[in-house]
Amino acid sequence: MNRQISRIALLSLLLLSALIVATTYWQVWASPGLAARQDNAIQRVAQFTIKRGLIYASDGTTVLAANTTKKEGGQTLYFRRYPTHGFASQVLGYSTQGRSRAGIERQENAYLTASNANLGTIWDKFGERLKGSTIKGNNLVLNLRVNAQKIAETALRGRCGAAVVLNPKTGAVYVMASSPSYDPNQIESPNGFAKILHSPGACPGSSSALLDRATQGLYAPGSTFKTVTTAAALDSGVFTVKSRFDDPGYCEEYGQRVSNALNPDQTAESYGNVSFLEAYQHSINAVFCNIGKALGAKRVLDKAKDFGFYSKPPLELPSNEVAASGLYDFKKGALYDQANRVDPGRLAFGQEHLLTTPLQMALVAAGVANNGTIMQPHLVKEVRGPSGGLVTRVHAQAWKHAMKPATAAILNQFMQAVVAGGTGRAAAIPGIKVAGKTGTAETGQSHVYTAWFIFFAPADNPQVAGAVVLEHQLNGFGGSVSAPIAKQLMQAILPAASKG
Amino acid sequence: MGARPLTYRNRELFYLGVVGVLTGIGFASVYIARQAVVSWGSLGYALFFLALYLAAHLVARMTVPNADPYLLPMAGLLSAVGVTEIYRLGPSDAFKQGLWIVIGVALFALTLFKLRRDYRVLEQVKYLFGISAIVLLFLPRLPGLGTTVNGARLWVHIGAFTFQPGELAKICLIVFIAAYLREKREVLAQGRAKDVGPLLVIWGGTMLVLVSSNDLGSGLLYFGIFLAMLYIATARLSFVVAGMALFAVGGVGAYEKIGHVHERVTIWLHPWTTQKVFCPPTGGLALRQDCESYQLVKSLYSIGNGGFGGAGLGKGTFTTTDGHALIPFVNSDFIYSALAQELGLVGVAALLLVFMLFVARGMKIALQADDGFSKLLAAGLTFGFAFQTFIIVGGVLRIIPLTGITLPFVSYGGSSVVANFVLLAGLLLVSDRANA
Repeated sequence: MNRQISRIALLSLLLLSALIVATTYWQVWASPGLAARQDNAIQRVAQFTIKRGLIYASDGTTVLAANTTKKEGGQTLYFRRYPTHGFASQVLGYSTQGRSRAGIERQENAYLTASNANLGTIWDKFGERLKGSTIKGNNLVLNLRVNAQKIAETALRGRCGAAVVLNPKTGAVYVMASSPSYDPNQIESPNGFAKILHSPGACPGSSSALLDRATQGLYAPGSTFKTVTTAAALDSGVFTVKSRFDDPGYCEEYGQRVSNALNPDQTAESYGNVSFLEAYQHSINAVFCNIGKALGAKRVLDKAKDFGFYSKPPLELPSNEVAASGLYDFKKGALYDQANRVDPGRLAFGQEHLLTTPLQMALVAAGVANNGTIMQPHLVKEVRGPSGGLVTRVHAQAWKHAMKPATAAILNQFMQAVVAGGTGRAAAIPGIKVAGKTGTAETGQSHVYTAWFIFFAPADNPQVAGAVVLEHQLNGFGGSVSAPIAKQLMQAILPAASKG
Repeated sequence: MGARPLTYRNRELFYLGVVGVLTGIGFASVYIARQAVVSWGSLGYALFFLALYLAAHLVARMTVPNADPYLLPMAGLLSAVGVTEIYRLGPSDAFKQGLWIVIGVALFALTLFKLRRDYRVLEQVKYLFGISAIVLLFLPRLPGLGTTVNGARLWVHIGAFTFQPGELAKICLIVFIAAYLREKREVLAQGRAKDVGPLLVIWGGTMLVLVSSNDLGSGLLYFGIFLAMLYIATARLSFVVAGMALFAVGGVGAYEKIGHVHERVTIWLHPWTTQKVFCPPTGGLALRQDCESYQLVKSLYSIGNGGFGGAGLGKGTFTTTDGHALIPFVNSDFIYSALAQELGLVGVAALLLVFMLFVARGMKIALQADDGFSKLLAAGLTFGFAFQTFIIVGGVLRIIPLTGITLPFVSYGGSSVVANFVLLAGLLLVSDRANA
């Protein structure tokens, strides 16, 4: 019998060893995945015993997210409080007991709870654990400018829309505002989340204040997309800056006429023989329609990809809070990438199935401003330890090479012409060369438009670039409603001496 | 030979001292981590257990001087780890568990005293044990006596006193199978059907009770013990293969026909869903992790949260910020996930190594024993111990479908503790005889 007993003994020990292997799997291999799950209440509660890092605006003194304490079952728990009550709420997100986390609070959770892998943090945390004292998270300093962000939020209040302003040379995001907005402190109050979700919005249809319209709002870009079409035309060599065009007031596609914007007397505008610059400056649809037909949809889409369309901009937000721009199948609500399924003429002036986020259009302007290179946008300026020592600083990094520098120089001139004497005159600032492009996209309802303005300044040494979009504007055009907001934002950020 | 028995028991005494120190450190850690809710009196527990194990040691010294010196300290260590964690989860449960350990040690002493001359008298009353096993299993089915907890009718309720007789039935069954196989192993090995009869009857009766009371974990456990002992007695792998084939057929049938089984398997295979599915308890739609697999998923989060080094005794998270429990049955079925969170991989791997050492010692006793009954008894008890550990911890770790069963010596639960002390006494008796 001993032979069988030895075998059964071996089997028993193998079964128990399997338990050690499986435990190792769950505790080492699968542990990060489990911790990241949204329904992991243990992880959430455990993290409330950590004194969460603070979040500051770019001045390093304005606290955007702080803590309150509560004693429960013999331990101190830390809960979030947002002293600015709704400042950049969709960007900050929240960290609550019931709703888990969103925004920067979610994406930068590792730093905020000191579970990041920087050596200094690991050492400090080890010491705190040994002493049995509370673990303190790292503090974040964002690039958001208090003053400019407030101006954007005030300008957007009562409307639906978004504004993004960033530094085209570094990618630092100065402003990221989305309206309607909400007070994150409200989420933890009884029924607070439902109230935010069902609060009547300023705009019809989807009105959730939780949606970050700057990174997730998908809008037809309208004429702002002519910037991308122009880059495709020039980079491909099919057209040059000297190309001239005839504008009869319409463009023929599949035997049908696509008209220009209407004059006050309801007849289509017609400019006759124009230069490339004039066509861009006055945003002539008929000309861009013909450029689109000449280039073909594929060339335009490929150029859009160079600008970052079809990828999610690498921002410090959870990936499900950033949308990619591109052609969307409205029925499925999903991106598609087939040039043969789109009409090149209408694509060229930003209609068709093209949808973009305000962030993506801000990056288009930033690409022109930065000689064709789009920098990675980033919300976080630096991470500081609980006692103030620097943990890490975010460095500027190129994201996309959108176009040739020569093409960027030409587009820079074109965009200056728009503000100097075209559709974007409302953004002009005395003493500063402002570059911009308007967009007024059709929404399917007559006389209701999505009003865009993309911009950068000063044109000869760009310090800011951005995009402003307003939804559901009744007879509101990019040049008339969005450009003035853009002007305010540029004035708020550019050095005081340049304010006119 | 005069010096050896002394050495064995002295070794046992020394290791019990080590266990006593470890228990003291454990309770002290819980005290330090949870000063606000726990008093200094907690350290009294450590002293109390040390005294209890010293008493058990003295009984062993008197009755089984030649027995293996490591089993008692290891059992002491496992139950101390259990009580420490149960105490940390809820001090009042630890007090009850402590009382059960007293009863367990008392029964341990009783078993040793009663059977110290020759435990092989049990062979003569094997059918009594077989029938007792079935009666014990049937007790909870009796109206007015049984109680249903968590979908399974396994408890006997007498006044304020609840007891799960299945745990003792397991030991009775092992005694019966060992005695029966010792007698019939030669004829069984030849494969004559009529000799298998009584064995199949007893075993079939047990299985029937188990399936009808929804206690799948114990069903699997008894089946495994039966096959292992049959293999040891007959050396016929074909029996094992046939048994496993039967089990596979039965398993598929149960999966198709019994809702409870189907549910367990579904939870095991797909604990997380991304879309809402039908949720039987509420009748509505919910994500499975918020409904049927809630326990399993929360327990996995607990294990994952422990990581390599663990949160530390008393530092784990088992309640929400409002003080509600996160994992139901955390101190019985899910004690392993609580330990995994607080002790980490380092701690629970060490704990599992203690289980493995216990099994290794038990199997060594079976190898050393010189008669068939002793070998089968020791191997059966040890395999039962190992397989039970595998079923519950494997279920918690999602190696196999989760079924509610206790972790020997560690889990909260009176009957389990008592039964395991009797099991320990059995192993010591066999060991003492083999070494004498």
